[in-house]
Amino acid sequence: MGEQELPGVLILEIGGECGVLESHVAFLRKHFSLITMKEFLQNKEKWSEKTESIFVFERRPVIDRELLESLPNLKVIGNSGVGVNHLDLKLISSFGVKVTNTPHAVSDSTADIGMALMLASARRLVEGYHIAVSPDTKDFAVDWLGVEVTRATLGIIGMGSIGYKVAKRAKAFDMKILYHNRSQRKEKEEQAVGAVYCKKIEDLLQQSDFVMLVVNLTPETHKLIGKRELEFMKPTATLINICRGAVVDQDALVEALQNGVIRAAALDVTYPEPLPRDHPLLKLKNVTLTPHIGTATVKALRMMTEEAVDNILAVLQDLPVPSEVIPK
Amino acid sequence: MALCGLKACPFFPTKKMEQPELPGLLVNEVGRAYGVLEAHVDFLKKHFHLITMKEFLENKTYFSRKIKAIYLWWHRPVVDRELLQNLPNLKVIANSGVGMDNLDLKLVSGFGVKMANSPHAVSSSTADTGMTLLLASARRIVEASQIAVSPDIECFPGNWMGEEVTGATLGIIGMGNIGYKVALRANAFEMKILYHNRKEEEQAVGAIYCKKIENLLQQSDFVMLVVSLTPETHKLIGKRELELMKPTATLINICRGRIVDQDALVEALQTGVIKAAALDVTYPEPLPRDHPLLKLNNVIITPHLGIKTHKTTRMITEEAVANILAALNGLPMCSEVFPN
Repeated sequence: MGEQELPGVLILEIGGECGVLESHVAFLRKHFSLITMKEFLQNKEKWSEKTESIFVFERRPVIDRELLESLPNLKVIGNSGVGVNHLDLKLISSFGVKVTNTPHAVSDSTADIGMALMLASARRLVEGYHIAVSPDTKDFAVDWLGVEVTRATLGIIGMGSIGYKVAKRAKAFDMKILYHNRSQRKEKEEQAVGAVYCKKIEDLLQQSDFVMLVVNLTPETHKLIGKRELEFMKPTATLINICRGAVVDQDALVEALQNGVIRAAALDVTYPEPLPRDHPLLKLKNVTLTPHIGTATVKALRMMTEEAVDNILAVLQDLPVPSEVIPK
Repeated sequence: MALCGLKACPFFPTKKMEQPELPGLLVNEVGRAYGVLEAHVDFLKKHFHLITMKEFLENKTYFSRKIKAIYLWWHRPVVDRELLQNLPNLKVIANSGVGMDNLDLKLVSGFGVKMANSPHAVSSSTADTGMTLLLASARRIVEASQIAVSPDIECFPGNWMGEEVTGATLGIIGMGNIGYKVALRANAFEMKILYHNRKEEEQAVGAIYCKKIENLLQQSDFVMLVVSLTPETHKLIGKRELELMKPTATLINICRGRIVDQDALVEALQTGVIKAAALDVTYPEPLPRDHPLLKLNNVIITPHLGIKTHKTTRMITEEAVANILAALNGLPMCSEVFPN
């Protein structure tokens, strides 16, 4: 260490619903002087000069023009997580502040959740659990069946790090893998997981038993899956979303699920999160919903904090930044 | 080629049998909890005269000579000495699934009746069930889905975490066909795989053999049971074995409820000896509604999902029918089972 004073990092709070995890605080304090939003707001003059970085966890604190204007020495915003659609990249860049994310820390646990949701939906896990523990259950009906995952066709939309890891896992289930992406992957990479490129999304949709969404949310992918895309899917197919709720036209999805246009959906992400309590998606029997737990493991959260810290320190020390997000 | 993958099975005929009368096939019932699937009835009726236990019991004299085969679904009908004595022309019993623990193999064989199971159809689907339970338990999917639809929720809890599956250690007890398929799947999640088996198997999946079950139990984050139920494996996992497991470990059972000492398991879960359990099988099934396992929040129980997919159940019936027709025509069965 040897420094007299550690660089200041602004965080929302410690603990609570959206605060930095208590268990990560000691690690953060090794590298930074921690400033909570409460402390900052109580004494802006004292803290504003010292705040060189912000650590955004669970999309907090919210970064707006007012905050940026009050932090003259801010150099970097380190986001925990890979998605940065909650950050106004152009605005932040106009203040000369860099933005970093944590693509490496999230990929395994998110790929795992994709597989968990596909299997849970196909085999009707949640419904089955309720049957198994229900006070009314006297026996298990033989005609109560799920759909097969082994040797089924998985269509992956978005073949970045996470999508590729999903493909690796799915291959072990002898699944046939199709993928749609802005660009085709190298042949070697395709062969390693047996993935077949579908330049046209329609081709993927028409052939898949499971469609998994693994794209970044951008203006191009907003409502990527709408009424038209859902109608291309097989009526026996399942849609799995592990990236961002806004990639799907939710109203179109509700209608498709209600009318049997597709068999089922498994959603770790929605728009908004959480959904209003009277939203139809909460009531549909053929929907499995989870509260954005893609990276909710002890290991992933720890790795995300570590990766964010690495990135923040790299910016502050003028070293190459591992995962800077450049606005387009 | 038959759906079950059997390439040259002459007894999966595509045209109706030429005999004037189809052989009688005894089944427990159609649908409900212990019957053959409604969806399979047409297929069965192509090859057999289907007779339910109810019909048989109502008119034993008429039906007893007609019954040449029995098709068991979920271990029903129960095959005992009395039934065997009442079926003088019985040639073969086809059991759905792979487990034969429901049949007294010596007794049946003593009546000159052949037996078959359907191992080919079963393994992938059951391995998938194992992975479904492993992931669901580690990532707390059931609990998560309850939170997601809870009327009280205002914001998703930030400090709520599950356990990483990628890179964790899986101990597989029983490395037969199903265990091996579990290992193949777990391998793709970069899990470290240990296994305990009657003998060491040559594997291309990087699984490490643990001759002593204790070594496997002590090192595993997830312990998955994939053995047949035999006198040797009955209560294989008891108080001692549970105490050897890590307190952070999860027990997953996809084979038979009786492999585990259920009372010992309840205590271990209540006192934090192990972290959690995911049970696709229990003893009995279903459990009585006041059983402690139903109330523990570190347990997920599923209604014997095992092979419950449209595709696999269909494959099982096709495999059973192929075996039965082979036996009735004096030809070797693909999956004959002999008493040891």
